[in-house]
Amino acid sequence: MSTHQPDQVEHYPGDYPIVVEGVRNQFGEHVIHDNLSLKVRRGEILGVVGGSGTGKSVLMRSIIGLQVPSEGAITVLGQSITDARGDADIDIRSRWGVLFQGGALFSTLTVAENVEVPLLEFYPEISDRLRHEIALYKVMLSGLPAEAAAKFPSELSGGMRKRAGLARALALDPELLFLDEPTAGLDPIGAAAFDRLTRELTDTLGLTVFLITHDLDTLHEICDRVAVIADRQVIAVGTIPELLSLDHPWIQEYFNGPRGRAAEAAQARTKAMDKPQGGKA
Amino acid sequence: MREWADYREDEDEQGAVTVALTGPLLVSSIGELDRALRKVDGPVARVDLSEVTEIDTVGAWVAWRLARDHDATIVGASDKAARLIAAVHRSSGQGAVTPPEYPMFERVTATVGRYVLGLFDGVQRFLGFLGAMLVAVWHLVRNPAEFRWKAFVRQLELVGVNALGIIGLMSFLVGIVIAQQGAIQLEQFGAEIYTINLTGRLSFRELGVLMTAIMVAGRSGSAFAAQIGTMKLTEEVDAMRTIGVSPVEALIIPRVLACTLMMVLLGFYAALLSILGGAFISTMTLEIPFWTFLTRIQEVVPLHDLWVGMIKAPVFGAIVALAGCYQGMQVEGNSEEVGLRTTIAVVQAIFVVIVLDAFFAVFFSEVGWG
Repeated sequence: MSTHQPDQVEHYPGDYPIVVEGVRNQFGEHVIHDNLSLKVRRGEILGVVGGSGTGKSVLMRSIIGLQVPSEGAITVLGQSITDARGDADIDIRSRWGVLFQGGALFSTLTVAENVEVPLLEFYPEISDRLRHEIALYKVMLSGLPAEAAAKFPSELSGGMRKRAGLARALALDPELLFLDEPTAGLDPIGAAAFDRLTRELTDTLGLTVFLITHDLDTLHEICDRVAVIADRQVIAVGTIPELLSLDHPWIQEYFNGPRGRAAEAAQARTKAMDKPQGGKA
Repeated sequence: MREWADYREDEDEQGAVTVALTGPLLVSSIGELDRALRKVDGPVARVDLSEVTEIDTVGAWVAWRLARDHDATIVGASDKAARLIAAVHRSSGQGAVTPPEYPMFERVTATVGRYVLGLFDGVQRFLGFLGAMLVAVWHLVRNPAEFRWKAFVRQLELVGVNALGIIGLMSFLVGIVIAQQGAIQLEQFGAEIYTINLTGRLSFRELGVLMTAIMVAGRSGSAFAAQIGTMKLTEEVDAMRTIGVSPVEALIIPRVLACTLMMVLLGFYAALLSILGGAFISTMTLEIPFWTFLTRIQEVVPLHDLWVGMIKAPVFGAIVALAGCYQGMQVEGNSEEVGLRTTIAVVQAIFVVIVLDAFFAVFFSEVGWG
């Protein structure tokens, strides 16, 4: 356990907490990424989109060190992930939180105990009482009712499970948050609430968020920039208007398809409602 | 080295105490400070955060809790600190983190009650399971074309052919042990030659079939429970029902039939290998030639010993398969259940097999096949 204990944790001062350079990932003969590069800015929510099977999740797994790319370099919070030999070498695990697609909660532990796992693992000196208190307010921050803390994952609905997963991802007050399709499988109201929560937490806690999604509403509502993965590379990174000005068929079809336009219209409506109405006086 | 968060108590002219928190108030540095702050008895008028170098939500929570517990005001909070305190202050910090635990007496009675009810429930479900089996068998008898040959043959391979190696080796070694240990005892009154009777009769009547049943329970019974249980969890079984495929016909009948049939063949095979093991060790240590051993087997093992084994084998096979499939179908909820049900399947199968074996032993002696 002592190998996991980090020294003094200092906030990463650089501008790009995640730098991916020339990464190549392949499974057997099948090449997923080839010479893929991407930089994530500090404090932004970066949406990552791409067709099914373009390797969005593989890219996330590479960045957090679960999948070793065959070529290229990945630097997270100033530390090289690709040069790390074995898990013990990556001592920045306490500074990122990951929400997996299904929540990946430990099914034998209650929600609060799930949140306590990383705390216990990294900071055993924290007293039981403080640990319980931390778990409870993280559960509250994730938008779950207080009763949910003592429940087992199997007793929760899909949306609540995602929130519980988010609470665990936030357990150590990370600087980086990885979200893998956080709104997939949620009803539109739940998805919108989750989007708002992500945005709020990002602004309050000063997070940098790497967000994989298929949800066009999420992209329009909360993402500062969007990275598009196609043809085994990140073909473009930018705001949605910037992406639309590019003449790439996939991007055009993605954002200008019926769903894309609906999401854009919804975004425009929200903006109009937020605007003060008394302009003429 | 880690820099720990610390605190200082200042008292002004009016006697009001200000607790000044210093250093980084981070999850990584606050463990000790939290303990110390709980011992501050106050009264505290102000909590000063102006000397805090860094803060996260854990730091904000600890500072806010201190202020709340002593009714103090927070001063000198940076923008970030104020924002974080605003985010965490809605939580009371009190509440259960585990489901409520009842007092001993209630817990014991509740457990006993659940167990008894579970027993009745289990019997009912098992009868239901057997009923569903009968319905499916009757359906297949009337519509034999619907029998799933492919699944059946696949299970024959998995249960039977793939087990040949391990069961053969196991039986061979068991044969060696019986012959060798038996010989040591029989030698004392000069009857080593009876080692052949011992090995031959025991292999056919008891050990070949019993050891095979235990091995099949561990190999295939557990696999049945885990496979069907996982299919229940991933809703494959529900999908089958929706499409109109009966899970009993598609999953259970082929497995039970394959296991029943293969137990007979594997049991016979195991008995042969065990005799070979006995013959092998006798050649090596007792100076009974290999072929003499085998021809003597023909003379000393009555044919009904073979029947005893071969009558028991299909019963054991059916029990192992039924236990595995039944427990698999009972899986509900989470992945932990799959492991639990798999264990239960194996334990129950082996237990029932051994109990029945005892009954068979008495029964066959009574009918004159002793």
